[in-house]
Amino acid sequence: MRIFASLKIAGRALLRNKMRSLLTMLGIIIGVGAVIGSVSLTSGATKQVEDQVSSLGESVITVFSGNFTSGAMRGGWGSAPTLTVEDANAIAKLPNAVAVSPEVRDREQVLANGLNWNTQVMGESPDYPQIRNWTIARGAMFSDQDVRSLAKSAVIGQTVVDQLFPNENPVGQTIRIRDLPFLIVGVLAPKGFNLFGQDQDDTVVVPYTSHMHRITTRTFVNDILVQAANDKVIDSVQGDITDLLLVRHRSKEQDFTVRNQLELMQAVTATSRAMSFLLAGVAAVSLVVGGIGIMNIMLVSVTERTREIGIRMAVGARAADILVQFLIEAVTLSAIGGSIGIIGGMTFSWLIAYFRHWPTVTPFGWIAIAFVSSAVIGIISGFYPAWKASKLDPIDALHYE
Amino acid sequence: MQTNHVIKLEEIHKTYHTGEVDVYAVRGVSLEILPGEFVAIMGSSGSGKSTLMNMIGALDRPTEGHYWLDGIDVSTLDRDALADIRNEKIGFVFQGFNLLARTSALENVEMPLLYNRQRIHAHEQYERATHALELVGLAPRADHHPNQLSGGQQQRVAIARALVNRPSLLLADEPTGNLDSQTSIEIMGVFQKLNEQGITIIMVTHELDIARYTKRMVILRDGKIVTDEAVQNRLIAETELRNLREAQQAVQLA
Repeated sequence: MRIFASLKIAGRALLRNKMRSLLTMLGIIIGVGAVIGSVSLTSGATKQVEDQVSSLGESVITVFSGNFTSGAMRGGWGSAPTLTVEDANAIAKLPNAVAVSPEVRDREQVLANGLNWNTQVMGESPDYPQIRNWTIARGAMFSDQDVRSLAKSAVIGQTVVDQLFPNENPVGQTIRIRDLPFLIVGVLAPKGFNLFGQDQDDTVVVPYTSHMHRITTRTFVNDILVQAANDKVIDSVQGDITDLLLVRHRSKEQDFTVRNQLELMQAVTATSRAMSFLLAGVAAVSLVVGGIGIMNIMLVSVTERTREIGIRMAVGARAADILVQFLIEAVTLSAIGGSIGIIGGMTFSWLIAYFRHWPTVTPFGWIAIAFVSSAVIGIISGFYPAWKASKLDPIDALHYE
Repeated sequence: MQTNHVIKLEEIHKTYHTGEVDVYAVRGVSLEILPGEFVAIMGSSGSGKSTLMNMIGALDRPTEGHYWLDGIDVSTLDRDALADIRNEKIGFVFQGFNLLARTSALENVEMPLLYNRQRIHAHEQYERATHALELVGLAPRADHHPNQLSGGQQQRVAIARALVNRPSLLLADEPTGNLDSQTSIEIMGVFQKLNEQGITIIMVTHELDIARYTKRMVILRDGKIVTDEAVQNRLIAETELRNLREAQQAVQLA
């Protein structure tokens, strides 16, 4: 069969009724457009969450003090001080634990440059930027020597820079925490908001020893950050930490909680998968509705063009030629509708991204799925009308009024 | 059988089984038509001429009997083979012109080429369609749509379409039924010219004065041939047209 000739005939037939063709396509356009638009929005949101999860650091295990089910005292993680610096040091000796940072947190009013600002003051080890996948924009991280000597060194986030050192280079200047002068040795690169909407740049990082002995007087740490060598060993490192701490704490009940980034990621992807299924359902319904529209119009078209079918048969069109002609018309309608829908949905998501600053991503896979399924809908909904046309008797069709 | 017949009908019967009564539309027609003939099939409505026409046109198959077209036994072919026969061997001209609306004259003429079993290149399609339009004197109007053409011009486009696949047989079903008398004579002139070039033409009509432009008259009644004879006092379209114009001028002068 001459596909090119059939395409030409189909194109001519569709152009003859531009308004009707457009309205017929509208069902598919709206269906596909809605699917592509909403997929773009949800994938954008999912991508953002995933980025935030990975911005917490790669292959990172966090050991929290306390437990979700700690005997009668059900407090959850972070509620009881059980982790020590010695725990962190012991974890550092485990195989595949490449970086460890005991973490202490505190909110403090900090002063500098005649200005003051309330911020999160973190006690960390020099491994902290590596674990959090965070770069130092200016200056450098404090050193192990600083940790050992309880040095009054600090690395500050961009928000603190903006608040206390507007238009100035803070490196080498002094920031006062609880009236103690800390030398600013570095500035952390801006990282933005985290998963929970907190400004990660609103922070001052000091050696954990300085934090525990100079700023506060603590013997316990809030949590311990551990980086595993890679994602493959993350489970075994996690198990090793659990075993080690159970022995060290000599407790029957686990008084700590070990969580990793992969678990968070899995929770997030489970949500987005559920969302995808929901969208696929919406897509299926809207495409079926669009398909019914196409079938309806094709049936009208076959009746309307009975005489044309008769003429074509009289001059030698076989039943298969007529079938293919109407099938191609239906597929052309639905494929063009699908393409317009894809473009429309992408434009919509771009506009949202532009005006509302929402992150949107249009996954290529969904574009392919949308196009193929609209073409398939065309074949399915066009088949019955096309078959009906091809079964017409040429004599009856020629004398149809 | 001899293959030099364009058409050979042998005891053709067509019976319609509608409801309780069987309708015997054609009851034993035998007919031979040689190349270069120009035959009028006549009869009143209900005489079976349309049914016979459909069978000669390979749109329908006889219930009984055999039909050879160009040496091929058409009466035994299936639907697809009949479609191919119609495409290659027969050119149809209908009473209602049956052109595709909103499609240019040239594209209408090209249409049968789209269904040719041999692939025909686009430029050859164009050339053959243009040539067919030249034969009927409508080449200057190739890009006109049917609604921009007069009835006579539309029928010329239909004739061009019928000729484009170089058929063995031109089959016209009441070709002048929708035309005024002067245009009818013009169309008959086109047929006579084509016939002089060797094209075999069969025309169904119920108008005796139109049938007089042909060479042979076959008259049907009740599904049977009652008369089959050469046309006496054959009319020549050119002469008739000249006479008509002179008559018109005489009226204006008077």
